[in-house]
Amino acid sequence: MADINVGDEVQELRVTPDKYLPHRYAGASGDYNPIHIDDEFAKAVGLPRNILHGLYTMGLVAKANATALAGGDPRALKKLSVQFRGMGVPEQEIVVTGTVKEVDGTRVVVDTVATQGDTKLIKNAQAELEL
Amino acid sequence: MALKTDAVGKEWGGTTYQVGREKIKEYATTLGIENPVHFDVGAAREAGFRDVVAPPMFCVVYALPAMAPAILDPEVGMNFATMVHGGQEFEWGEVVCSGDEITTTPKCLSIEEKMGNGFYVFESTSVNQDGEQVLRGIWTNIVRGV
Repeated sequence: MADINVGDEVQELRVTPDKYLPHRYAGASGDYNPIHIDDEFAKAVGLPRNILHGLYTMGLVAKANATALAGGDPRALKKLSVQFRGMGVPEQEIVVTGTVKEVDGTRVVVDTVATQGDTKLIKNAQAELEL
Repeated sequence: MALKTDAVGKEWGGTTYQVGREKIKEYATTLGIENPVHFDVGAAREAGFRDVVAPPMFCVVYALPAMAPAILDPEVGMNFATMVHGGQEFEWGEVVCSGDEITTTPKCLSIEEKMGNGFYVFESTSVNQDGEQVLRGIWTNIVRGV
């Protein structure tokens, strides 16, 4: 296990989902809610446009922390809890950042957030990893 | 109007999902995850896995279909027009690999009104073919203006 200390910044992840990402995520996940894949439907129910799946953004948070702290080892992430806030949209950069909150032996807890411009997509998120 | 809470404590039957290599590859590609253990069985076995291994958040693929009977249950009675996914928690156990059969069982933990909104909280428990727990999920849906 690399030297990790409380207060360390986790290597950030920057991703710009393209226009068709919500369609591919719908196919990959099985969540075909039209607010994610139908721009006209989304506008008709009062959204600015079709929006990203919250669980996609949560997937980026999982990826960012596992990549930065465990070299992408799929066994490392033990727990992830998030609150969904602002709505994410395609074609704008998402930035995932994190700060190490606790280190207990091989167990590391990270406070992590995902933002898009001025919008917080995921806040009060906590990732627990076993390294 | 008081929120209907009859469904609190209700459990629904399990839904089984068979995990396959191509689905893991599709999910990992969509998220831009590049570790070869998600794509190549040789790389996965070399790293000590039974087969191509799922990224943790692949849990959406096997757990989400199992939540439908709970979320759509008229006894729960959520208004989908004003529903948003408010929060999510996952706790992972045994890793999930291609060939696994994962059975997910939902339960309604609580239905509460807070500041005029309805908070519907469900728990899901997922086990593999050997009965080992692979995931526990806490799903919070918020219905605005109940």
